[in-house]
Amino acid sequence: MISVKGLTKSYGGTDAVRDLSFSVDRGEVVGFLGPNGAGKSTTMKILCGYLPADAGEVSIAGFDIFSQSLKARSRIGYLPENVPLYPEMRVGEYLAYRAALKGVRSRRIPEKVEDALQLCNLSHVQKQIIGTLSKGYRQRVGLADALVNEPDILILDEPTIGLDPSQIREVRSLIKGLATRHTILLSSHILSEVEMTCSRVLILNKGRIVATGTPAELRERSGLPLSGEVRLEAQVPDAAAVLRELQELPFVASASLLGSTGEWSTYAIIPSAGDPRSALFEEAVRRGWKLRELSTRESSLEEVFTSFVNGKTITPTQQEVRRS
Amino acid sequence: MRILWTLFKREVASAFQTPMAWVILFFLLLVTGFNFYAGVTVLNHGPTEVTVVESFFNTIFFWFAFLLLFPLLTMRLFSEEYRSGTIEPLMTAPVRDSQVVLAKFLGVLFLYSVLWMPTGLYFAIFWWQTHLGAAGALGAYVGSYLLLFLMGMFYLSIGCLCSSITRHQITAAVMTFAVISLFFLTGLLSFLAGHTGSFMQGITIMFSPIDQMTQFSRGIFDTRPVIWYLTMTAFSLFLTLHSFHARRWRS
Repeated sequence: MISVKGLTKSYGGTDAVRDLSFSVDRGEVVGFLGPNGAGKSTTMKILCGYLPADAGEVSIAGFDIFSQSLKARSRIGYLPENVPLYPEMRVGEYLAYRAALKGVRSRRIPEKVEDALQLCNLSHVQKQIIGTLSKGYRQRVGLADALVNEPDILILDEPTIGLDPSQIREVRSLIKGLATRHTILLSSHILSEVEMTCSRVLILNKGRIVATGTPAELRERSGLPLSGEVRLEAQVPDAAAVLRELQELPFVASASLLGSTGEWSTYAIIPSAGDPRSALFEEAVRRGWKLRELSTRESSLEEVFTSFVNGKTITPTQQEVRRS
Repeated sequence: MRILWTLFKREVASAFQTPMAWVILFFLLLVTGFNFYAGVTVLNHGPTEVTVVESFFNTIFFWFAFLLLFPLLTMRLFSEEYRSGTIEPLMTAPVRDSQVVLAKFLGVLFLYSVLWMPTGLYFAIFWWQTHLGAAGALGAYVGSYLLLFLMGMFYLSIGCLCSSITRHQITAAVMTFAVISLFFLTGLLSFLAGHTGSFMQGITIMFSPIDQMTQFSRGIFDTRPVIWYLTMTAFSLFLTLHSFHARRWRS
């Protein structure tokens, strides 16, 4: 649905986007990740036909965004960053105006506006003046605007920025619901959000794509500890001796002591295969260790992201040590 | 066509949904009302050579209000959209640059026409009270309002151009006022420069709104100003379209 080849755009000599290529297939939900100034918004503005590019090709649903701009634009629903709206208009009136502008037939406008209002949970404020709405409602009006003509593609720039946690959850579930009918490209720097909503992630840094894949693939490629690392916290007589005992266990590839406070010691264990927790429990019972924690942990997307953006890996073990 | 109509409706609605149109209307009526009162008062002091319509459309009060009107009407047109960022949703919708420019121009032209409509009441009241025509003939009304409309077109298109250049409304207003004043003052040169029939006088009188209004408010129709204002409006809108299009390379 979206295909980008060799996209380059610079502002006064500095490249905002450099030789960017990617594609998004029908029905995919793709997350655009990157620190501030990575070129996410610029790329989105080019995809929507708002900015020209210095070089490269963009095809939207088979239409070239530069030479067939109107056709391409009519396939896109765009939620700009900060959601600029006309403050003097009423919510319902604004959506009807936008629907007409996007070529929805006059007699279908009331129905489409009603659908968008319901979907975004805005029905009770449709008579309200936009200037009096809170940030969360403005965001939803922007989303309703993007949806009102039921475009094939949704491009959402920071859809949850500035919302409170419960609103974030609402918008997130809304986006998940939309994924069945639309192809979605969304940008964010809240990683848990991307992880929950997106089937694929593009990590952008300084105008280039530094990594792409599903969150799981990225985790694997980042070189960070894989899923399966086990943390064990127990009351043991001698922390160093127990560490040696752990390392000798057949199902343990390696173990390290993360720290001891008083009689409680914490270990990180990388298993040689499978989930070692039940075996570890049996060992603990046999040797009389009093267990307080036995858990697995995965490196979060946050760590993966930082490792790609900074080009170096911060292992969770090191973080733990620093913290304790 | 439908998109143009949608954009046009929003332009007009937004002017009346904000206090701006009402404030301008109020003060315009205040000034023109005073102007009309002054015109009638002149009649009380004995016979004059000019009709009420002629004096109404050619006093310092009238021209002062007239010139100030354009920066106020046009300054927000594009600048406000640039500043608030609403240009982004607008131009990512499937609309052409030309549709936006034309809709904004027609919208403000409509607003301008509406602002002058109540002034027609002055002449109606004059007739109702005195049973005398305020002008020599019907042509004088038609001529005055036609010229008012034509001048409005040109000056509003200058306002559109200035507003399409900058995101600051005040900058747009100052530029509009300066450019309009230049055209207006060039016309004034005809009263200063040389004797009647000289080259300078012949050129500058073509620009002179005062001279044109003197003719039209007597019911004398001249095609030259009509052509002048129509072509200049078209030219100025053409420049507006290109300046608006160039925003893409400025951002």
